[in-house]
Amino acid sequence: MNEDIFLWLIQDGVTNGAIYALLALALLLVFAVTRVIFVPQGEFITFSALSLALLEAGRTPGTLYILVIGGLAAAAMEAFVALRERAWRRLPRIAALYVLLPVAVAVLVAWAAPRKFDQWIQVLLVLAMVVPLGPILYRIAYQPLANASVLVLFIVSMAVHYVLTGLSLVFFGSEGLRSRPFWDAKFRLGVLEVSAQSICVVVASLVLILILWFLFEHSIYGKALRATAMNRVGARLVGIPTVLTGHLSFLLAALIGAVSGILIAPITTLYYDTGFLFGLKGFVGAILGGMGSYPLAALGSIAVGLLESFSSFWASAFKEVIVFTLIIPMLAWLSLRSRHVEEDEE
Amino acid sequence: MNRRLTIAFALLAAGALGALGARADVTVGVTLGATGPGASLGVHYKNAFQLMPKTLGGQPVKYIILEDGSDATNAGKNARKLISEDKVDVVMGSNGVPSSLQIAQVATETQTPFLCLTPIAVKPDQYKWTFSVPQPTELMMSAVAEHMKAHGVKTVGFIGFSDGWGDLMYTATESLAASHGYKVVTNERYARADTSVTGQVLKIIAANPDAVVVGGSGTGGALPHLALVEHGYKGQIYHNHGTVNAEFIKVGGKSVEGAIAPTGPLIVPEELPASNATRAVALDFTKRYEAAFGAGSRNAFAGYTHDAVMLLDAAIPAATKKAKPGTPEFRAALRDALENVKNVVGTHGVYNLTPANHNGLDERARVLVRVESGTWRLMK
Repeated sequence: MNEDIFLWLIQDGVTNGAIYALLALALLLVFAVTRVIFVPQGEFITFSALSLALLEAGRTPGTLYILVIGGLAAAAMEAFVALRERAWRRLPRIAALYVLLPVAVAVLVAWAAPRKFDQWIQVLLVLAMVVPLGPILYRIAYQPLANASVLVLFIVSMAVHYVLTGLSLVFFGSEGLRSRPFWDAKFRLGVLEVSAQSICVVVASLVLILILWFLFEHSIYGKALRATAMNRVGARLVGIPTVLTGHLSFLLAALIGAVSGILIAPITTLYYDTGFLFGLKGFVGAILGGMGSYPLAALGSIAVGLLESFSSFWASAFKEVIVFTLIIPMLAWLSLRSRHVEEDEE
Repeated sequence: MNRRLTIAFALLAAGALGALGARADVTVGVTLGATGPGASLGVHYKNAFQLMPKTLGGQPVKYIILEDGSDATNAGKNARKLISEDKVDVVMGSNGVPSSLQIAQVATETQTPFLCLTPIAVKPDQYKWTFSVPQPTELMMSAVAEHMKAHGVKTVGFIGFSDGWGDLMYTATESLAASHGYKVVTNERYARADTSVTGQVLKIIAANPDAVVVGGSGTGGALPHLALVEHGYKGQIYHNHGTVNAEFIKVGGKSVEGAIAPTGPLIVPEELPASNATRAVALDFTKRYEAAFGAGSRNAFAGYTHDAVMLLDAAIPAATKKAKPGTPEFRAALRDALENVKNVVGTHGVYNLTPANHNGLDERARVLVRVESGTWRLMK
């Protein structure tokens, strides 16, 4: 192993680690606010990356069916509650958010797909399709169980994961897809030849992390999220609607997932079930960071990326083993250090 | 209590009726993974059944297709269910070596003929009831080894899936090394879902082999190829028959130009010489398949389904002379008949089975193809 290889591996590890970092942040955010271990986080990556690749090929991605049908299901649930409580005034808002918006996006995408617009328009279309899936998922699967235990929510997450993977197979097919790179440019950095795409990934991750930080520190919604994360009951007592914070956190998670998918789509071949493994590695990163702090989770994810790239050089057959074994000592340390707290605090 | 009894009787009666109904036909039980990690193969195996004839060897035939999610345990369970509940005469399946081995086990236990759609290396004296339809991996990879020998390749880098397929490819490449005068210098592994193979590729480039063999399948084969090209590797890159499909080129784009792989003749029937034994069958099948599933959808896997059914077609007449379908005697007769089919022309080659050879394909069952301006072309 010489210096060149060392540098190449670092570059590779940091690029992957940046994606894992984004996912770790999303997982942490969702877990802190709603206590959901959000297994399907990776599915947003798959949906956005494969939708982008299909749009580039001029085909209509199946994501819009998921969006419309999911929206209708969520609308039906909302409408049922509204009718039972005789709160007629809520109905127009439900129709606008869960029916009109998804249908409008679907129509727009179906119209735009065969026309093969510029890449940045396609990216916006993908975001418009994937991001609303977050709140819709929350409404359908998690909101009715918002007060259940962490374990129940986790089991729901597994179920949602399987449903989404199945849909993904139906709509995207079993073979892998790849989208065109945003920039073909390459920069020489000493011996390294860094592609513009991987710089893109790292920069976009940093920007997203900064935006998240800003949101949490300086906006009223961010503060509401933080308050809910610290103490749900307390947050409710001071008038923070926890349903809203749930929706908000899922919206952000979907946004992060969609952006990661768009970033990674030109770098690697993605399959209908690839997202799960990404999510899992983001999870390992979050655990390495102690499952509590955003900067540590990001660092942990970078460490996962680096470990992955070096172990693929030295012992490629054992790469996953090495990466996932990492969480055992970490979990042991975490559980030894923490006092045991009953999770059903209410 | 009374109600439960009624239900039990109703179920019994239904079962008996169902069994009676099935008696006259030959029943083919199939387990495939059109979902799960092997889905990209399983879908094609499954699609082909839509084009299969409704009578085989003059007998009406019924196909029962179950889904195993590319999971070996499920494949074994499905096989057991097909045999014990549906009383099938023959089992077919599945995509993936582990699944196929499970089914082979069940077939031996229950004495049911098993037409395996994945190349598995099992000995006929050990697995009396298993017949392997695809070309053995060694037969396929020997085409690559011969090409390497002809071009003076002395060192070979290997990178393959970290699963049974990768192992199979590595073993084949390694076992042909001595006789073809090359040395395998790396054994790198990656997973289909990996984001990057930079580490593995750097190691190969550091070893600087004359050629690289990729043991992936489908679009999964593109990732190491792209990484090798990106890092400036200039040698020839070989793939295997699992990689030969249109999606591979779609994903790989310009970078995979010049990739060489062995495959069955049905990928390029138009380019085969008129004297080729399988040309007509392969041409007909690819035409029908592409009419049903879209232009460019041709693939080796659907061909294996077709050839397995052709083998049955050839064996059933001899078996029906000895016993009625649905009986253990018929299953035994079918097994004996399968063992002795001669000159069955499939899409992949000409099958001549013997008690010692449960595959029966020869060199006619493989050709080398190369990616030229965005399609797989036959190498002359």
